[in-house]
Amino acid sequence: MIEEKNNVLCPFCGCLCDDGVVMVEDNKIIGTRNLCRIGHKKFETSQHGRAESPRIRKNGKLVPVTLEEAFDKAAEILANAERPLFYGWSATSVEATQVGCMLTEACRGSIDCTAAICHAPSLEAVQDQGAPLSTLGEVMNRADLIIYWGCNPMHAHPRHMSRYSVYPRGFFRRRGRKSRTIMVIDPRQTNTAKLADLHIQVSPASDHMLVHTFREIINSYDVTHETVSGIPADAIRETVEAIGQHQWAILFFGMGLTQQMGKDMNIDVAITLMHELNKYIGTKTTLMPMRGHFNVAGANITICAETGHPFAVDFSRGYPRYLPGETSAMDLLYRGEIDAMLNIGANPGTSFSNRALSHMAKIPLINIEPHNQQLLQLSDVVFSPAMVGIECEGTAYRMDNVPIKLRKVVEPSENCLPDVVILSEILKRVNELKGKGSWSECWGVQEGNGEVV
Amino acid sequence: MEMEFILSTGRSIWQGEGIEAGCDSDLYFDACARVEIDPEDMEMLGLKENDIVKVKTKYGSVTVYAKESKQSPHSGLIYIPYGTWANVLVESVTQSTGMPNLKHIPATIEKTDDKVLGAHEAIKYYYADGNWEGTTENLKSYYNIH
Repeated sequence: MIEEKNNVLCPFCGCLCDDGVVMVEDNKIIGTRNLCRIGHKKFETSQHGRAESPRIRKNGKLVPVTLEEAFDKAAEILANAERPLFYGWSATSVEATQVGCMLTEACRGSIDCTAAICHAPSLEAVQDQGAPLSTLGEVMNRADLIIYWGCNPMHAHPRHMSRYSVYPRGFFRRRGRKSRTIMVIDPRQTNTAKLADLHIQVSPASDHMLVHTFREIINSYDVTHETVSGIPADAIRETVEAIGQHQWAILFFGMGLTQQMGKDMNIDVAITLMHELNKYIGTKTTLMPMRGHFNVAGANITICAETGHPFAVDFSRGYPRYLPGETSAMDLLYRGEIDAMLNIGANPGTSFSNRALSHMAKIPLINIEPHNQQLLQLSDVVFSPAMVGIECEGTAYRMDNVPIKLRKVVEPSENCLPDVVILSEILKRVNELKGKGSWSECWGVQEGNGEVV
Repeated sequence: MEMEFILSTGRSIWQGEGIEAGCDSDLYFDACARVEIDPEDMEMLGLKENDIVKVKTKYGSVTVYAKESKQSPHSGLIYIPYGTWANVLVESVTQSTGMPNLKHIPATIEKTDDKVLGAHEAIKYYYADGNWEGTTENLKSYYNIH
């Protein structure tokens, strides 16, 4: 009999859509409704090609082993490492991240989340400048100007425009799309730009100059150049005028600003621009990073709550230190300082740069990964966990930092434990090996069910 | 014929779908083992859809399929979706932010007859077998400075 599970949360992107319908028959997912292409694919293929047991690399090949053996091996690697790295945390629950922070402290390692290759510069800029933020509900009800800068939601967050920003009818925006103006700033004419009322095709990597030109005009300075970043100065003046004719604007920004030269400084000036729009123009303006993984915001918030810093936290001296550029995952890897690594809820095989992957191939790598991803070629211990939001519950934070409880849709297979349990088991063994007694008890981790209380 | 471009990497919906379908799927291979070039630049290079090209940057080189960009015009800019192939070409240095340079990298394109490697093959070839480091021996001095 086909059972329909309603109001299922989609564990793919930062939108965390909560209106999915998943059809289940005999504990098999056979279809979905309401979700985007990627969300549908996530549910559809979640049960395909899953390894039944953990695996350890022996003589160059991954061999299936028992859970106990894999836990022992992982703990041995981490306990004997001098500078282990714990990376990922974005496609798992915040409960797992909490245990991850304890594990990092016990091993005196470094913890970093996928924000490191996504919105780390945004967080650094927010620490510099503060940030005028809002929730997606406010955007839906109030926004009449929506700016997408350096992001392409039609591809990366397919339901963002239809659920939260452009198309929905809000309390003050009764006519939906007709009540709103859409502005896109991107060097390509992306599919989002094709839907926009105004597309500013900025030349690559010159966004910083463009933001400064906006600021110049708002602060009543003359723009001396005829064109800035490939845009005529008159067009920029008209754009600022157009922004000023709106009541409530939101800037959604993405990798276009954070991954090019300038990085945090690009966001820094963008936030200053928001402040100045609020101060001098009267258009109420907020901004929001377009977070990629469904729980990358949660990973930042949890690591920050546990250690005091949002990402790139290093425990090598026994207390948390935060020095982006020194203790961040990418820098530690490309300088070759890391001697063991645990990857969970991330896929560095598709996202890390060459130098980092080259070093990862040389060190023991523990990989908590449900599917047959290419990083298995470099992994030494592989756990197949229950997927959060599909096979087990967990809490995740949406891109506007609203926590939402993910639901369980199907039962996991026998050897697929939730991430929290896998990490708790490794933590227990690491503490035994390090001779610290059971730290997990005094930290309040209930052994067995893995719940953090 | 070799031509200079600015390389940008990023998301595409097919790449997202491909990752969920698994890295050994055809969907992922089609979505990521490609370089999207502006139609005018394709013409100038004398390339047809699905021709095999070698993309080279200061940090590495990789063989992928040339595709006509559906999100054009963006003359002078080439686009590779995030993935095993794009990773070979990007710059690891983070300028003290924790974030490597994944956009705006000078690159060249030339036509080649080499084979395009699959996701598992590529990661094994470049990193597990050490070919990335081998072919980019001259990078070492660069990284030693940084």
